[in-house]
Amino acid sequence: MSLLTEVGSPAASRPHFPELFTQGHALLGFVLLVYPALASDFFVTQIGAYSLIVGLIALSLMVLAGYGGMVSMAQITIAGAAAYVVAILGDNNSGVHGLGWSWWIVVPVAAGSASVLSAIFGWIAVRTEGIYTIMITLAIATACFYFTQQNYALFNGFPGYSGLRAPTVLGVYWRDPQPFYYLCLTVAAIGYVAVLYAARSTFGLTLQAIRDNPRRMRAIGFDVTAHKVFAWWLAGLLAGVAGVLLAWFNGRVSPGTIAVAPAINILVVAVIGGLRHPIGPFVGALVVVVIQTFAIDIVGAERFNTLIGLFFLVIVFISPDGILGLWARYGPHPERDGKTSG
Amino acid sequence: MSIARRTILALALAAGVALPAMTAAEAETLKIGVLATFEGAFTVLGEDSERGALTALDEFAHKAGGKDIEFIRGSSDASPDSAVRAARKLVEQDGVKILIGPLSGDEGIAVKEYAKTKPDVTFINGSSAAQDTTFRNPAPNFFRFSTDGAQWMAGLGTYAFKDKGYKSVAVVAEDYSFPYTQVFGFMAEFCKAGGHVPSKSWVPIGTKDFSSVIAALPDKVDAIYVALGGADAVNFLSQYQQAGGQAPLIGGSITVDQTVLTTKGKLHDVLIGTPSAGPTADTLDTPEWKAFVDEYKKQKGAFPSPSLFAHAYYVNAKAALLALNEVKGDLSDGGKAYRAALAKLSFMTPTGKVSLDQNREAIADIFLTEVTQGPDGALLNKLVKRIPQVNQTLGIDEAAFRALGTVSRDNPRCP
Repeated sequence: MSLLTEVGSPAASRPHFPELFTQGHALLGFVLLVYPALASDFFVTQIGAYSLIVGLIALSLMVLAGYGGMVSMAQITIAGAAAYVVAILGDNNSGVHGLGWSWWIVVPVAAGSASVLSAIFGWIAVRTEGIYTIMITLAIATACFYFTQQNYALFNGFPGYSGLRAPTVLGVYWRDPQPFYYLCLTVAAIGYVAVLYAARSTFGLTLQAIRDNPRRMRAIGFDVTAHKVFAWWLAGLLAGVAGVLLAWFNGRVSPGTIAVAPAINILVVAVIGGLRHPIGPFVGALVVVVIQTFAIDIVGAERFNTLIGLFFLVIVFISPDGILGLWARYGPHPERDGKTSG
Repeated sequence: MSIARRTILALALAAGVALPAMTAAEAETLKIGVLATFEGAFTVLGEDSERGALTALDEFAHKAGGKDIEFIRGSSDASPDSAVRAARKLVEQDGVKILIGPLSGDEGIAVKEYAKTKPDVTFINGSSAAQDTTFRNPAPNFFRFSTDGAQWMAGLGTYAFKDKGYKSVAVVAEDYSFPYTQVFGFMAEFCKAGGHVPSKSWVPIGTKDFSSVIAALPDKVDAIYVALGGADAVNFLSQYQQAGGQAPLIGGSITVDQTVLTTKGKLHDVLIGTPSAGPTADTLDTPEWKAFVDEYKKQKGAFPSPSLFAHAYYVNAKAALLALNEVKGDLSDGGKAYRAALAKLSFMTPTGKVSLDQNREAIADIFLTEVTQGPDGALLNKLVKRIPQVNQTLGIDEAAFRALGTVSRDNPRCP
């Protein structure tokens, strides 16, 4: 299982948390901040903001798979749950539910219920390991997909909900291209920093130790199940917040949002990007979103999915660790450069 | 420093992403977006719809309103989300001012909602045929020159009850708004004539295994009304036949379409004699239809006879091009004059005259058909009866029609 390769094994020379942020981060942050000034609205939202949202969902998978050794196929389902809560409690124009609550109630409730749902999924899935975790979460995702598609009372069946609008706060409509991009960027940055921090916290180190040897951790008195379920809850919080953004981005949510193909897509994003570092899911999301958007212009309507598939195959073939793995292999080496950094 | 150096690489990547956006300059040609399902269960349908649109483009020699016309394709997988994503890409990235599509029911409703946020872009339907795309909360810039799923059923309910003598019919249909609309159109007449529908089975799009649906079909029905499309129709029909099903069938418009009739295998015996209704009939012998079929067959991979998707995309694309001629290709006023021209447009299609009502919904002829074997062994929809100029309310007074309520799983009912 190359997915489960060790990530950031504790080492004596581990840098302190603030030291992780180098000029590289500053430069990247600067580029992301000025990006909307350089690109068209389409590139700001459909590529930029959408990549950040997909990256955030994939980040929640990276937390589980990279630090916890649990590969989940249900992350898009958790994001979708938050999106459905937004549709049901907020406003929609499908004429079903749409209780019209304010955004400052809806958003925490949506993210909160998604994280609780995630913890429940986790509580079911922690009894399994390796490929069985993948199977059980895939089963959960598929069941949720078919349930939402056939349930009209709560989920409004196949058409789902449309007409979801981001709120207007401080005189800004947050679904306008630039504000929405910065909103997504802020949330993604918070998620990214939080994951970096959590990975070095006592909890994060314990989780990684559990991934490496659950029996030993249990023997020295750690509650393995509780730690894993808590990791699911945290990942659910990330996916839930991303789900709220996804609902505002699409302006709608339907079973198509949480179908099996999008679920696999999230796994592809995470694997393409690489599970070594929290930046991986975002790199993967950017690559996947760009290629899925423009492949049809390159090869026409009949074969563009083949091109996407071939591209992914090539990446996984030459680097099982995704793009981050390529980077580590062919990019500059920290040791060679005589400096230790993550 | 290593991270900084890596970041520079990332910057190069990001620049590569941003650059195409800046080079997307105005070309001399006019680009029209064509949105159809080039992936998923309806791929075959999407490919044929593209042939229909291209047939119209060839007829105009790739020119309209004094400009060269170029089609840009967008692909969805029949889910509303993917349709909106593809429409966004065509409108916001490729900068099309006219978009033809989408193909299926709920996609149409989703794209209509999206159309409301882009008042300067003109949306012309592809083949999507849900009632509420134009009937309830219509978008002022969404036009449909093809008829909806309920209109397509005109005459079928009465024919099944009176001529075929079916008193009770079970329904098997996909679980989304287009089949709801079809079932609504069929039952509106069938129930009124005195028929009963004791059971309805709604199956998700892309269902592979129909055994539980087939097992649950009641024994005492005279016929089964099947409204499934593409791969779903083929799967259901072959499994029904293998299970030894004997009841005669009544077809939804896309169930006995060329996309299904051309399937190889033993479906022949099951399908022959199946009555259906829709916007086309393969054996229509007017010169306009024959000319259209000949033109259509010049497209790559064409079926023996154009599917109703090819027909709908052809009619809508033709409307788009005719109106462009009328305004001489001038869309500089945000398309206002263009949309006014579209609203007034009335023209002859291969299947007769089409014009729009006040909701920008087509009024056109509908054809009652029956599946039959052609001289070369291929299955065809033989014309039984032509029903002229069917409107969206099926000839019922609009207020009374509205009172029938929104189409859904449970509406209408006559168990």
